[in-house]
Amino acid sequence: MNFDFSAEVKMMGEEARRFLSDRGAIRSLRRLYDSDEPFDRGLWQAIAEMGWLGAIVPEEHGGSALGYEALCILAGEIGAALPPLPFAATSYFVIDTLVRSGSEAQKSEYLPRLAAGELTGTFALAEGLGNPSPKAIEARVERGRLTGVKQPVVYGAVADLAVVVAVDETDEPGLKLVDLTAGGVERHPIETFDRSRREATLRFNDAPCHPLGEGGWGDVLRALDRAAILLAFEQVGGAQACLDMARDYALERYAFGRPIGSFQAIKHKLADVYVALELARAHCYYGAWALETGSAELPVAAAAARVAASEAYHQASKENIQTHGGMGITWELDCHFYYRRAKSLSLELGSPGFWKDRLIGAIEAARE
Amino acid sequence: MDFDDLPEEAAFRAEVRDFLDANAERRTGAERIDRSHTLDAAAIARAKVWQAKKADAGFAAITWPVRYGGRGGSMVQQIIYSQEEERYVTPRSVFNQGIGLAIPTMMAYGAEAMLERYARPAMRGEEVWCQLFSEPAAGSDLAGLRTQAVRHGDEWIVNGQKIWTSNAHFSDFGVLVTRSDPTVPKHAGLTYFIVDMKSPGIEARPIKQIYGTSNFNEVFLTDVRIPDANRIGEVGAGWKVATTTLMNERFTVAETEGPDFDDIFALAGELDARGDPAVRQRLADWYVRSRGLKLIRLRSFTALSQGRQPGPESSIGKLVSATRLQEVSAFGMELMGMGGTMMDPALVPMDAWFQGAFLYSPSKRISGGTDEILRNIIAERVLGLPGDVRADKNLPFNRIPTGRR
Repeated sequence: MNFDFSAEVKMMGEEARRFLSDRGAIRSLRRLYDSDEPFDRGLWQAIAEMGWLGAIVPEEHGGSALGYEALCILAGEIGAALPPLPFAATSYFVIDTLVRSGSEAQKSEYLPRLAAGELTGTFALAEGLGNPSPKAIEARVERGRLTGVKQPVVYGAVADLAVVVAVDETDEPGLKLVDLTAGGVERHPIETFDRSRREATLRFNDAPCHPLGEGGWGDVLRALDRAAILLAFEQVGGAQACLDMARDYALERYAFGRPIGSFQAIKHKLADVYVALELARAHCYYGAWALETGSAELPVAAAAARVAASEAYHQASKENIQTHGGMGITWELDCHFYYRRAKSLSLELGSPGFWKDRLIGAIEAARE
Repeated sequence: MDFDDLPEEAAFRAEVRDFLDANAERRTGAERIDRSHTLDAAAIARAKVWQAKKADAGFAAITWPVRYGGRGGSMVQQIIYSQEEERYVTPRSVFNQGIGLAIPTMMAYGAEAMLERYARPAMRGEEVWCQLFSEPAAGSDLAGLRTQAVRHGDEWIVNGQKIWTSNAHFSDFGVLVTRSDPTVPKHAGLTYFIVDMKSPGIEARPIKQIYGTSNFNEVFLTDVRIPDANRIGEVGAGWKVATTTLMNERFTVAETEGPDFDDIFALAGELDARGDPAVRQRLADWYVRSRGLKLIRLRSFTALSQGRQPGPESSIGKLVSATRLQEVSAFGMELMGMGGTMMDPALVPMDAWFQGAFLYSPSKRISGGTDEILRNIIAERVLGLPGDVRADKNLPFNRIPTGRR
């Protein structure tokens, strides 16, 4: 029994934490928040050089081949530090999908440049309001040309490469690879409540595109499941950061002549956050194992990790603000960045309600 | 990551399976684990027979040293044994207070002669132990206990009342915390004893609980004489000794038995309610908690298997599972609609298991550390938040306001 990350992977996590702290990840986020600069390009190059972008890319395609467990640990640190980077969209969707189901030509063309940080990627699934559903997809591919509107698309205004969900001649939605620099696409930034991860509308009009994977909605669900586990690590990292902030503040802030952390109203609240966080972390670990081994239990593991992590992060981020009192709602403190991120991550792949339904569906399928 | 046993773990597991196959029936899945029923004499007799078999095979006290009749084994082996025994139908044990609490406390603070006298009979199930800690005015605030012990030469005379004592009415011995000095602050005036439950002056009265059964007792002690040789630890050091027992207790009551995710999932299927989106949302919440605790146990197991201490996450088990039990049982009844009020096993699904659990689940959030105490423990020991301000901390015990005097 070894239900834990290896010492090597854990050490990589500690190094990542120090690096992101030394580089002032959250200061960078603050600086960029209201600027026209969508992400921190210097930091992007630095993490590419450290092999983070190539973590699951084989060496023959220019990757560092650190593996899924390493990517999970890195995701946790990124979730905790909030660097303004298109890491999730590039890594968990585009790189993962290419590595798992890209053709040799697609891999050779794109993976080395993605791993080197020369390209950024995104995943274009949503078409406005609603949860993932094959019925909701109107974007269409005909004779290799894509037409339709996708929104919101994370880092859609700047990404070079997109994995787009669109209906093709089979009448079923599947994954398509689109070079966003090749024409046939208009992009407009969208106002979002979490500008630390930019969003855009992508309007495709006869844009050249290429099939990716086996075709069909199953590909979409598999991509969502895999990304859900990695995003769950980000969520747990963020939740842990919130709990640490709240705990530190509860120790230093005095009221009624004593640290507020000595009041049971605060202690019990934070104990409940801890419980939710540890349950989520345990599910994430299992998700990491499922990713690394390609287990048949991956759909159940992914949905459980996603549900647990979305709830833990929401709870941790709101109770962090509550513990900070009036200061918690100021722009000056970082609490609100986590509060925003907790919500945006919990909606990005479909709402918690969608994933709870999917979890029970996956359990039913596994037990039939 | 992997979920495989190390070779020596696999060998031990095989040995355990051989023993269980030869001596017990495998579960079919239809059994309801319901620990709410009062133990009758026949159930106690079955438990004793099973315990003796386990002892003969070396599985009764796996982590105890060999010189006290144990196996000298590891916590990993203990967990493997428990994992395997769960798959079989075995009598409900009445020996946890002895094997898990009283004897380990003696190992930490008791005399060698005590262990020679008490360890083997406790392990073999020949002598049953109970724990005389809580009092009517000392529950979560255990150190506020008032049962008085006064020294007379080589003996102590004990007067007072204990409560919530499982198994007291058929126990042979108990571990007892008393107040030996009311003039010093409360934690400093306690002394810890072994008491013979057959001593004159001890009376155990069962307490009828809301489920209708009586698992607990109140125990009255009137001029009970205890030899000083039965004292564990120094006079006045009882709190330190009791803390050892309590730490062992939290370890032994980690999980709450009763309907869990698999059962509410099956019930919702049986009642054709699993297509209801509201039901699915609730089921998902319980899956996350139920499966999450199992995964946390695997993390603890990994730590032990690698020779490390389990992380603090292992402390959340009872807090999560007791609350879940109460919610799951209440929701199971709601799924039954108007008929959910019935408790006739012939008329409601799963032998009215959910109705029973609804009634006994409140006790699970209280016994072995209340939800509130467990949250304090997480906040203080895991998160490092300060202890509450204690108005009585430095007062002599007999000057602490009680609201009752």
